[in-house]
Amino acid sequence: MAEFRLPPNSRIKKGRHFDAANGAANVRRFAVYRYDADSGENPRIDTYVVDIDSCGPMVLDALIKIKNEIDPTLTFRRSCREGICGSCAMNIDGGNTLACTRSIDGIKGDVKIYPLPHMPVVKDLVPDLTNFYAQYASIKPWLQSRTPPPPDQERLQSKEDQELINEPAACILCACCSTSCPSYWWNSDRYLGPAALLAAYRWLVDSRDDATGERLDELEDPFRLYRCHTIMNCTQSCPKDLNPARAIAETKKMLVERRY
Amino acid sequence: MVLSIVHRATGIAMSLGFAVFVVWLFDAASGPDSYAVFLAAMDSTIGRLLLIGWSFAFFYHLSNGARHLLWDTGRGLEKAQANTSSWLVLVVTVALTAVFWWVAL
Repeated sequence: MAEFRLPPNSRIKKGRHFDAANGAANVRRFAVYRYDADSGENPRIDTYVVDIDSCGPMVLDALIKIKNEIDPTLTFRRSCREGICGSCAMNIDGGNTLACTRSIDGIKGDVKIYPLPHMPVVKDLVPDLTNFYAQYASIKPWLQSRTPPPPDQERLQSKEDQELINEPAACILCACCSTSCPSYWWNSDRYLGPAALLAAYRWLVDSRDDATGERLDELEDPFRLYRCHTIMNCTQSCPKDLNPARAIAETKKMLVERRY
Repeated sequence: MVLSIVHRATGIAMSLGFAVFVVWLFDAASGPDSYAVFLAAMDSTIGRLLLIGWSFAFFYHLSNGARHLLWDTGRGLEKAQANTSSWLVLVVTVALTAVFWWVAL
């Protein structure tokens, strides 16, 4: 049965407020989701007033500034700060994206920052992605070949064949798409979600892979693939401008076409 | 996303509408007196609002369903195309509903 309210211990309370240092002329307010499982307390929204003149342009710059100068207990993942590692995926201004590539200027009013939606929260902005990674592993994201490689060179691809995998292979597994998908919210235990399905498609169209049939067999399931109802949130939210929705539609087409 | 949830909502609204459709057939089969009662109910403000709502739901479900059929062929799935077609669905729905009632009244 669908639950329309958060369980009592997940309801968000009002949190603490941190003002900017005196004399800051140009400030922005950041409303950040805070949760600490060890404290036994409910999640809360803390607000931080940040001096923008001494802060980098991106939301991640502000989070790092808050952690360094205002509140060292704030917890979030980050690494490359240039949109290639996928660590700092979070819900900013109502949409899933990477904090490092989202500019503060582009957001009106308070900057609201939450963890990726509908995931268990480890602490503050850090979601538990165990299931997400397990689903990625379940599509066997490696080359499966029956034929021996040529003795004196790599398995070569034509330029056209390479272009088929260029886009799906550019996924950084940040989980923005899967955690923006209502189907994934309700059925993440059985539906693979757009990220894993985009990865599956990447191997389906790889000209060097010989396991296309088995891969399609694995996907032909009312839940694993067909919980996709083309809601399009995945494609709308992808911070790398990839298109999981199209990859899933192409996969469904492959499943139909192989019958005839 | 909004269009997707409205697609479901209009589908549910129409299945409720079918119950009224059955009542209409039932009243028509039961004779002129009961049919007159049904007509009077549907001709009231609430009845008309419901009918307009159901016609809107029907045309919305129809045009968004056509959009889904197109998507199932692998076309129109680029972000810009999907945004354009979402507005197109809304415009077509309002237009078809308006034409329908203009012809009906």
